Amino acid sequence: MSANDPAAAFLTEAGELLDGVEQALLDLDHRLDDRDLIDTVFRGLHTLKGSGAMFGFEQLASFTHHCETAFDRVRKQLTPASRDLVAVVLAAQDHMRTLLEDSSDDTVAAGAAILEQLRGVMDRASEVTERASPPQNGWHLNFWLPVEAMANGTNPLVLLDELRALGECRVTALTDRVPPLDELAATDWHIGWSVELRGDISRGDIDDVFIFVSDDMELHLQSLSGTDKPGAIEVENEPAAGGDQRVKAANDGGPTTGKTADTVRVPAERLDLLMDRVGELVIVQSRLSQLAQGGTGAATPTLHSISEDIERLAGELRDTMMVLRMVPVASLFGRFRRLVHDLARDTGKSIELVTEGETTEVDKTVIERLADPLIHLIRNSCDHGLEGAGEREAAGKPPTGQIKLSARQAGGEVIIDIRDDGRGIDLERVRAKAEAQELVAPGQTLSDHDTLQLIFHPGFSTAQQVTSLSGRGVGMDVVKRTMESLRGTIDVASVAGRGSTISLRIPLTLAIIDGLLIRVGTARYVIPLSAVEECIELSTDEDRRSEGRSLITLRDQLVPFMRLRELFASQTSPDLHQKIVIISTGAERVGLVVDQIIGSHQTVIKPMSPVHGDVTIFAGATILGDGSVALILDVAQLLSLGQQQEERLRAVA
Amino acid sequence: MSASILTVDDSPSLRMAIRIALTGAGYAVTEACDGLDGLSKSRTAKFDLIITDQNMPNMDGLSMIRELRSDPSQCGTPIIFLTTESEESMKQQAKAAGATGWLVKPFVPDQLIRVARKVLGR
Repeated sequence: MSANDPAAAFLTEAGELLDGVEQALLDLDHRLDDRDLIDTVFRGLHTLKGSGAMFGFEQLASFTHHCETAFDRVRKQLTPASRDLVAVVLAAQDHMRTLLEDSSDDTVAAGAAILEQLRGVMDRASEVTERASPPQNGWHLNFWLPVEAMANGTNPLVLLDELRALGECRVTALTDRVPPLDELAATDWHIGWSVELRGDISRGDIDDVFIFVSDDMELHLQSLSGTDKPGAIEVENEPAAGGDQRVKAANDGGPTTGKTADTVRVPAERLDLLMDRVGELVIVQSRLSQLAQGGTGAATPTLHSISEDIERLAGELRDTMMVLRMVPVASLFGRFRRLVHDLARDTGKSIELVTEGETTEVDKTVIERLADPLIHLIRNSCDHGLEGAGEREAAGKPPTGQIKLSARQAGGEVIIDIRDDGRGIDLERVRAKAEAQELVAPGQTLSDHDTLQLIFHPGFSTAQQVTSLSGRGVGMDVVKRTMESLRGTIDVASVAGRGSTISLRIPLTLAIIDGLLIRVGTARYVIPLSAVEECIELSTDEDRRSEGRSLITLRDQLVPFMRLRELFASQTSPDLHQKIVIISTGAERVGLVVDQIIGSHQTVIKPMSPVHGDVTIFAGATILGDGSVALILDVAQLLSLGQQQEERLRAVA
Repeated sequence: MSASILTVDDSPSLRMAIRIALTGAGYAVTEACDGLDGLSKSRTAKFDLIITDQNMPNMDGLSMIRELRSDPSQCGTPIIFLTTESEESMKQQAKAAGATGWLVKPFVPDQLIRVARKVLGR
């Protein structure tokens, strides 16, 4: 994004404005008479229209104009807010998002249908209340401008011309306040005017004329029509509130863009770039400290102390950098309110979404990749989990179902729970389904926990039929895989009749991992520490025994293992005391035979180049302190490789 | 003769937007990039209207208005102050400094032209 491209800046701003409007609309759906919300929606639409026109989004501006007009009427209490109106404007703001990206004729035509609906809603509503505005036959006004008005650029003749433009006008000068000649300053203004103005002129029209001087001028207004009390004179010594509000409405700046210095908006890619540089700095620093400790004669006490200073600074810089990338989960949770609103409408159920811990912060890249799994889980809860109002009442529960989305931080992880108070997962049905799919042998004993784990099996669904909401080929297995790719875990708990809870545990960041540094042959590799279960020694006896079988017995369980030396075709001879690193994600376990375990190592992940994109067994690379490269093993890939190997072995046996 | 307008703003994009709108309405436009530039340009030519932003390097809008108003040759020159809604107090300060009127950002070209017409009478 170019710093001087106003249109690009507007696109970002418009996105945020629309988010704000959407949230306010969703709130308004429950609190139709909340004036603050109505104002928020109006302001958002108003700014969007104004700025849109300013930066060349003509289609957006003209479309938004209609919605703004509708909300202006609601704001002025000419039309009541209704759920129908909220629904139409929600659809309209979706359309506005589309218009931001594509203003071709097809898109514009699609908006016409929404505007037609809007017109229908407004027509029906306006039958209810139509405030009668009494026709004005005219005004009589006396006014004196501030003494310094002319010196400060106000031209009284222009103001009189504006009044004349409103209707038939008779103007008389009021000269009684003009001081004697010797007290007269050339730049001061003392003449007042008495004006009789005839025609259908509203109070606002007159306020508009005096908009820039209303604060300091003296204005006496009297209606000529018979509807007002005859002779009633409005004296305005105080700032003309009516006039001022109109200006504000006409030029409204939308959600306060004030306090400009508090936050800075930075494109995410620049942060990534910075992160990259910091990563390299940490590596160079590490080389420097090796040199300083090297004792090869080159090292002096000065070099040593500089090296220590840089080490401290680089560490702090890295910590600060990590915090920069953190965003509150509120940005993620906010999207689901709309989803639940729509799902409630589609299913005809009454659903309430409660969110908790929205200020919990997670790395931006993690947030983005969490969106899809969460959408799926929330859909599941709305569709399968929650019952209809009738069924709920029969079960003695409140008719409105609740979905609770909560986030909290625990150490280096964030835990997100999706809890519903629905019917819970039917273990019997899961079991029956699993037997039908031959995942479980009939009669095999399974704990409740293990039974629940079955829903993560590929192709598993308890939905009796595919609905528009779920069962569209994205199953819990996909969710589970996404979580694993985030180095996270997923767990499910359920109580029949009470509801179910899905818990996601995700690392705070993807850019830095705690890894176990190992050596195979002459090369070094990193295994993500979160996947490491334990490290054991592969005794020479066992090594010989297991030749060709690649299975070891670990506490009475057979665990398949892979010799990384073979996998990586290492040419050197194996170490005398090889080690096995057991990696796992929940149920699946695989051992990796390595030559040496060097130790834990905090690692800045660098992605593989596109050339190596198909080398799936590595998740990325990192640069070690001495400048050499270590590849990071992809745990999920290794596990599935291990499973394949185990199946082959079992088949042979 | 068309009215001549001096616009003072440090954002090239906003200056451009203002220029396009005003020249489209038939006004002659001169641009200045900050308060100091605005002052020096207003001394070399007489403008019918000056439109200024607040936050600018070298000299901000309020300071420039005060300087202009202390100069007898600028007595009566209309000055429009560009402000944002959040700067309500700023608007009052601008009025006290001698601004003729104000326009709240963001604005559409029509609003700008209406204000110019209102102040200039043409």
